[in-house]
Formats: sequence, structure tokens, C-alpha cells
Amino acid sequence: MSESFTPLSIVELKAMAAVIRCDIIEMIATAQAGHPGGSLSATDIVTALYFRVMRLDPARPDWPDRDRFILSKGHACPVWYSALAERGYFDKAHLGTLRRLNSILQGHPDMRKTPGVDMTVGSLGQGLSVGLGMALSGKLKGRDYHVWVMVGDGECQEGSVWEAAMAAPKWHLGNLTVIVDRNRLQNDTCVQDVMPVAPLTDKWRAFGWHVLEVDGHDMAAVVEALESAKACQSGPVAIVAHTVKGKGVSYMEDRAEWHGKAPCAEEAECALEEIRRCACE
Amino acid sequence: MLVSEGIYHHVRPDVIAMLEAGSLLTEGPGQATRYAYADAILELGARNPDVVVLDVDVSKSLKTTQFAEAFPERSFNFGIAEQNMMAAAAGMATTGLIPYASGYAVFLTMRALDQVRNSIHYPRLNVKIAASHGGITAGPDGPTHQGQEDLSLMRALANSTVIAGADTVTTKWATWAAAEWEGPVYLSFTRDPVPDLYDESYPFEIGKAVVIREGSDATIVAIRDMVSQALVAAELLAGQGLSVRVIDCHTLKPLDEVTLLQAAVETGAMVTAESNTIMGGLGSAVAELLVENHPVPMQRIGVRDTFTESGPYPQILEKYGMSARQIAAAVGKVVERKRLQVAR
Repeated sequence: MSESFTPLSIVELKAMAAVIRCDIIEMIATAQAGHPGGSLSATDIVTALYFRVMRLDPARPDWPDRDRFILSKGHACPVWYSALAERGYFDKAHLGTLRRLNSILQGHPDMRKTPGVDMTVGSLGQGLSVGLGMALSGKLKGRDYHVWVMVGDGECQEGSVWEAAMAAPKWHLGNLTVIVDRNRLQNDTCVQDVMPVAPLTDKWRAFGWHVLEVDGHDMAAVVEALESAKACQSGPVAIVAHTVKGKGVSYMEDRAEWHGKAPCAEEAECALEEIRRCACE
Repeated sequence: MLVSEGIYHHVRPDVIAMLEAGSLLTEGPGQATRYAYADAILELGARNPDVVVLDVDVSKSLKTTQFAEAFPERSFNFGIAEQNMMAAAAGMATTGLIPYASGYAVFLTMRALDQVRNSIHYPRLNVKIAASHGGITAGPDGPTHQGQEDLSLMRALANSTVIAGADTVTTKWATWAAAEWEGPVYLSFTRDPVPDLYDESYPFEIGKAVVIREGSDATIVAIRDMVSQALVAAELLAGQGLSVRVIDCHTLKPLDEVTLLQAAVETGAMVTAESNTIMGGLGSAVAELLVENHPVPMQRIGVRDTFTESGPYPQILEKYGMSARQIAAAVGKVVERKRLQVAR
């Protein structure tokens, strides 16, 4: 980290993840639209990146040497917006404006509107290619930043993901890591039923990537996987993170219907109560 | 001095002589504008260390191999994967590089259109798209490789700038100007050779159309490969006693409204010429401008809601109604309509 920020401990990261989960529920409930399931599955990983692993400076969102993060599954942006706000990129008051007219927080991330958003995303299957371009630039310009891209497992059905997967090992991009949020569900139903993407680890390995597998909700294991991916210089790393869609809200967990549905006020209250209670335990 | 030299601007004297002799399209000196791009990007690479060139396995076809040999560390071949190249170009642009993503018009503007829209134009990233085989200039390859919609598609995107030079001089300047222009720029090139029309006095400026031939009875507005056809048409019409202005509208967007409206007001009749579909390209842009400001009799020359076929490029122009002779016939029609209007 460049600024005077002390990376959070595992215990602190867990507490921050609970805060971010609450933000997600509140944002989507207020907007009455958004994607809670994939935001909650990604929360622990995004928290570890922004509060421990990534080199960044919220006061300088365009710092050339910062690590980049691209949420290629852009519909899960509530988790990104919350992490950025909690990290100090912008006032938390903006979180209540998600998806509203004149808001800095668009329904899908817009780099021109939101401080800290490194790339405009929303159309699935493009973020890894964008990250590839950033990583190539880093090598060309001799900058040692790391590029982190998160894709969904359903998103891996997009052919362009595999064009990027083919290209990164060609250029030995040790400064590029892809994290697959393997929550096993997509908009319609199970990934396995819509269009199987398994075996994911074999696929990434066959394309020439170093592959790690991790429980995406075991904070200590997540941090370890991210740190070892960053340390790997010889080529790109794919982390297949096994997650639960809707993680932290029991009525949402593992239910495809919560991919893109907002909780009503009563459901939101119930969810917040559960997240806070579990954080205390 | 040649009889008609005074009415031309920036057109080479040997070209004027060939126009008068009726030999420009058969004997005119020239090359495919894709090669002018290759030379220009090589020069630009030496001047500007931020310029990088991205290819999709057609670097031999565009001769961007020249750039790759001179600047191997700034050359990236993505293989046959236009979508990946476009989004990677966007990523590079976020870091201050100026990527020229090169390939064929059909695949850059259609296979990768989602990336071009969402990852380049929506965030207004500084990517230059360098597309050969624009319009039907890839004649023998057939419709799969003829980029007859590229101008329309790129014009439809917000934040877009769309340029198609008519010859070596304009294509070089367009390639260089694109690097100075903040934001996405689409450059469309010809696969087949076109005559080199201009001398170095040509005042290239993005968004500024150039009157290359004076005239008062009608105006032909042309883009890319059709500028030379338009000049030949104007010369044919001169033989029939008509004085026809020719405008090289190399920048389709932003459209030079001042120059075009002035031509509408002063000549009272317009024909547009493009080897692009008549839907959404130059003809549409000029028609939209005129209908909201100064309607005059107008006709559009272009691909008329069809796919063409394989064949020599000049023969396709003729068969599908886009040759100089057919442009001249369209001018005859709009001039006649203008006369009828005046008579009423």
C-alpha cells in the first residue's frame, strides 16, 4: 500500500466483509433493483483485495502504479461500490443513490462516473481481455502493478473469455490474475443445467494458466491464494474460488432466483439482522 | 495550363490531365489505402512511443508487419480473435497507450461490435480502429469480406469519430491526426488500389470536408473510394455542360455541416456517393442534415439494401449502380428535379 493504510487482519477482514454485505443489501433494497446473489458470493474476495492485497491509494484513483481491479461480472457492482466507499474513494452517502438518475453509481460500473472503477463493464466476457491489455501495458511501460479480474462461472460461457485465456500465457503475463467466482448459479438456473462450464480448473490449466482452488469464503485461504497469485511471476494465475451465491443471507443462499431480484423492506431487515448476528458470533 | 485546372483544389496536375483524358480509373497512379496506413503508422511509431499496433492475423495483408519489424515490443498479434483484441485495446488505452487495432472492417465492426461499443465508445477510450476492406473494395473476396456497413455501424455509436480517406495523402494524414484526437477514431481503408488524387497541399483536418472541384449546378459528396468515381462523374457531366462541385467528405462524423449546407444552398442539388450501404452512412447523414435545414433535390449512390457478390471491384461498382457513369446519371436526375422546382 502506498498511503498510510494498515492492511486488515483476517479477523478485521471478516468484520469488513459483514459491513460490505450489509451495504449490498441496503443499496439493492433502496434501489429496489440489482443483483444481490453474485455480489454476496464475491464479497469476501473483494474485501480481501481492497483491504489487504491490492496496492492502491484512494486519494489518487488514477495513480499509474496502482493495482487494477476489473469486475467483469459487472452486475455484481454493489460489492465493488461498497468496497470503494468503505475504502474511502467516495462518500458512503452515494451508496443510497444506486441506479438513480444523476447518481455516480450506475446499474453497471462506469469508469467515467465512479472514482476507483478501473474499467467500464457490464457486457459479460470482456473484462479479462481488458485486464490482458492493462497487463501488457504494465510490462511494456515497466510498471509493476498487478491486474485482478473477477469473472463469473456463468460468464465463462462467453467465448471471448477463452480468447483472452488463450492469449495471456502467450505473453507470460505474471502480472495478471483471474478469479472465477464459482457460485454454480446463473440468471436462469444452475450453470450445470444451462450450459456446463466444468471442469473449470482443467480448462484454465489446459489454456496454460497456473491454477489455484480456494474456498471463496474462507478469508485466510482467500488471502493466501491472492498473495501467492501475486507472487507468481512466470505466468498468469487463475483462482477458481468456490463460493455460495447469496452467501450470508440464508434465504438467498444457493437460490438462482436471487441473482437479480431486490429484497423488500421486510426481507432486507431480516437479511441485515442475520449478517450482523453472524458477524458477532 | 490545363483548361480545367482552375476549378480543382489540391488535385494533382497529372490527375487532372487523366480526368480530362478519361483515363483516371484505368491508368491513375495509386495504391490501396491500407498500405498508406501501414506507411503512416510506421512513421508515427517512430515519433510517438505510446503508439502500439494490434493485429488479428492479417498483418501481412495490411502490411503492419513493417511496424512489427521496426517496433516488435509495441506490436501485438492476437490471432484470429477480434473480440479479444478490441477489449485488450481498451485496457491498453486506460494506461495511456494509443492502440491502433487493425484488421478487416467486417470483423472489427461486427464480430467485435459489442466490445467496440461497450468497452471503447461508452467509456470514450483512446482506441483507434484501423479497418481495411471497407465498403465493397474487397471485391473478389465476396460479401463475407466486404465491409459495406462499417461506416453506418460506426456512425451510429455515441462518442464515435469516423474517417475514410480517399487516397494515400488523406489516409496518411487521417492516421496521424487520429493519434492527436482524444477518444475513439474509426479509420476505414480500401482493399483494392484507388488513384492517388492529391498533392501535399491537401488541408486535412478531422471534421472538415474539402471542396476539391468547384461547381454551381449540383454537388457530389463522396467518401473513401468513391471520391475518385465522383471526380470522373463530374468530368463526364462537364462534357454535358453541367458544372458540378465535388466534396471529399473524408470525415463522416463529425459531419462538416457548414461546408455541406453551403453546397446545398449554392448548388441546389446533391448526390452522395459511398460504396457503403445507403442506410445509415454518408447518404443518410447528408439527407438528415438537409431535411432539417435546407432540403434540396438529392439522390444517394451506394449499396441498395442488398449483398453484392464476388468480382473485380470496378465491375461490382458498375453492376450495383455505383460507377462514375451512374453517379453522373443521378446528378442529371437531381438537376432536372431542381429545374422542375424552379419552374413551379
